[in-house]
Amino acid sequence: MAIDLNLRVSGQAGQGVDTLGTLLAEVLHADGLHLFTHQDYMSRIRGGHNYYQLRIADQPLTAAREKLDLIVALDERGLQEDWPVAGPRPVVLVDGEFEQSEGLKLRVPWARLAEEAGDARYANTAAAGAALAQLGHPLETLLARLEATFARRGPEVVAGNQQAARAGYAFHLEHFSRMLPLHAPVLPPHGQLLLSGVEAIALAALAGGVQFYSGYPMTPTTGILTYLAQHADGQDLVVEQAEDEIAAINMCLGAAYGGARAMTATSGGGFCLMVEGLALAGMTETPIVIALGQRPGPATGLPTRTEQGELWFALHAGHGEFPRLVYAPGDPTEAFELTFLALNQADKYQTPALLLYDQYLADMTATVPRPDFSGLTVDRHLATAEEIGGDYQYARYALTDSGVSPRALPGTPGAVVEVDSDEHDVHGHIIEDAETRKAMVDKRLRKSAGMRQDMLPPLLTGDAEPDLLLLGWGSTKGCLAEAAALLRQSGERVAQLHCPQLWPFPAEAMSAVLQSARRTFVIENNATGQFRGLISRETGICPDELVAKYDGQPFAPQEIVAAVRSRRREKA
Amino acid sequence: MSILKDYQSQATTWCPHCGNFNILQAMKTALIELGLEPWQVCLVSGIGQAAKLPHYLKCNYFNGLHGRALPAATGLKAARPDLPVIVTTGDGDCYGEGGNHFLHALRRNPDITVIVHDNQVYGLTKGQASPTSPRELVTRTQPHGPQSEPFAPLALAVLLHAPFVARGYAGDLPHLKDLIVQAVSHRGLALVDVLQPCVTFNHLNTYEWYAERVYPLEEGYDPTDRAAALERAQEWGERIPLGVLYREERSVFGDDLPAISRGPVTERPRTPQQVESLLAEFEFAAAHGVAPS
Repeated sequence: MAIDLNLRVSGQAGQGVDTLGTLLAEVLHADGLHLFTHQDYMSRIRGGHNYYQLRIADQPLTAAREKLDLIVALDERGLQEDWPVAGPRPVVLVDGEFEQSEGLKLRVPWARLAEEAGDARYANTAAAGAALAQLGHPLETLLARLEATFARRGPEVVAGNQQAARAGYAFHLEHFSRMLPLHAPVLPPHGQLLLSGVEAIALAALAGGVQFYSGYPMTPTTGILTYLAQHADGQDLVVEQAEDEIAAINMCLGAAYGGARAMTATSGGGFCLMVEGLALAGMTETPIVIALGQRPGPATGLPTRTEQGELWFALHAGHGEFPRLVYAPGDPTEAFELTFLALNQADKYQTPALLLYDQYLADMTATVPRPDFSGLTVDRHLATAEEIGGDYQYARYALTDSGVSPRALPGTPGAVVEVDSDEHDVHGHIIEDAETRKAMVDKRLRKSAGMRQDMLPPLLTGDAEPDLLLLGWGSTKGCLAEAAALLRQSGERVAQLHCPQLWPFPAEAMSAVLQSARRTFVIENNATGQFRGLISRETGICPDELVAKYDGQPFAPQEIVAAVRSRRREKA
Repeated sequence: MSILKDYQSQATTWCPHCGNFNILQAMKTALIELGLEPWQVCLVSGIGQAAKLPHYLKCNYFNGLHGRALPAATGLKAARPDLPVIVTTGDGDCYGEGGNHFLHALRRNPDITVIVHDNQVYGLTKGQASPTSPRELVTRTQPHGPQSEPFAPLALAVLLHAPFVARGYAGDLPHLKDLIVQAVSHRGLALVDVLQPCVTFNHLNTYEWYAERVYPLEEGYDPTDRAAALERAQEWGERIPLGVLYREERSVFGDDLPAISRGPVTERPRTPQQVESLLAEFEFAAAHGVAPS
């Protein structure tokens, strides 16, 4: 990569870190650069120390990088939090008069420039101008973004912000022209989208024909609820904030029974409350998609940080035995694809589908190709008129070879749709006899055979018969790809395996891959190696090493490279 | 036009003389009077003796989880405003396990009917106190009687501006049938708390006990008088009023939500391509082409 820069905007909660980071990302993305951003924020509305980090390149990016090239510090006192432990120092932009600048700490008086532009609240816009100057990037797209963003607040606010941006830009050029700017020029347009994980999930929910969504606000899922609520009227779906997660999932199941495609999202603590409803979906064979956004637990844990600690929970949640689907996207593109797939598969098998993601994926944004809509269809798999028949003969739980019974909707003339959480007969009436019980358990579990046929294989990339195999799931996908590339540069034969579907588990394909590699490393954002345990259980092969991280932070590629090298030295 | 036989379903498992039999009969006759066929009606229930009612009356039903009938009914009605949705629930199901949902259903006001079989005791689990049990009800799990005051569902419903608040009695079938007809016809959440003697586990609130106390609201009673309704809703002991205690015109869940007010969402399937227009928001426009190098 000719261009690979790393910029961090940091400051206290409430200072506009997210807004400024987003603004810079949008400008640079629009100007043809490729972005990968992620966030770290505290569970507070004011104070503390948050950051928004932008990696900027001339090629597609899949992961964040540790080493910083530029910090825009909105809160100078918090700057030590951003300071690298070792390695070269980044350029730092802080508020203040030029004369107080020292070394790489460059002062731009953005508070003063904002007041001169008419309002102290334009300070971050002046900082954005200065940041672009430091990046050697022109100002025009920022000026256009400011117009688009503030148009509804009136021409005065637009003009004031634009003046502040120009002033910050000009001040930097005037005083720091001797500093070599970082090189982030305008590139030919790539025509791609700048999409976050939650935006991808929400868009796929709309594309996937969700007609009813109910949820309860909880990080890192609130973005889905917000996006869908904003588009509910235009896209014609019902969105309701429930009184709790129990109500959310039961509303969804009621709506799904009525025939609406239904979805909800929550995090671990909320999912605990939904588990009862998950089992109800399994028993009543009501399709539903639950997006489970993980964050570090147990209990409230670290509410705004990231972890992959709920794999076993997702696999085993719910009392009793029933089939389920568990998908785990690794990036915004896959989040779109798997959300869409989960919605169709839940309807096909009339069973719950879980979409397992985490805070890191939720909040990461990346420059990604536009989703391909050609060939995408919403497949409802509802009963035909012949299957329903008349004269009240329809049986919701008719026994079939596939285990899937024709699904009619209430309100069909001459048929009643009877659904029960008790064990039931083919009509949905309560039963207690052993024979019917066994027939119904078998019927429900028979659906697993079809689900296994539709199962997504693990994605294997890199060298054949590798010396090193890196295995992961979920949001580590891009990070493992970059770590594998770094290891390959030093002459290793390296392969990467990413597992987008975790249940049913692709055990056979996984066994073959494991047997082809000399050393196998599982990399997981949890303490106990849940994916490694799942692989062992399902294949009988325990991968050699576990690289676990459970401090609430995502992995960086360099960190994985270092961990792999150090383990190999230990074993050498 | 349906007749009683059309609603015939499975044999019941209730105790002989249970108040539920009359509630079931009142429900069937009310549905016939409303001109509804079994396929046109949807019952939603949770768990308990009352929640078994849908199994004994041929119709569409969603028999879900203990306490969760109200959110399921809310979701169903939001998706299918074309279907009359009737919740059959009990005092434990609706006021205990589902207490939070009851509170918020009253606030949200979906267009559903809620029939609460209120026998002031747990039947399915055999005789424990319920949220509406009197403090005098000594049970095997409450040897000193319940240590909480009985819940007052109708007073709470009036306080929260529920648009239709009524009390029925399982010992007065024609009156109860009439209340159910009115409740189903009413737009918005219609709550009918039905006093239901439990002949097996509640030896205090018997048919005889009720017969001495219940009275129909007098002619000329104004159910739109909120202060009077609040007073009647709390009347208990010597005299217990029956009838529609409170009525109010208020907005219904979905009135402000186009996806509900347009009719059943199931009649308007969406296509993935409809979403393509939203992608522009994520493209962001450049203000200039490539800068000269």
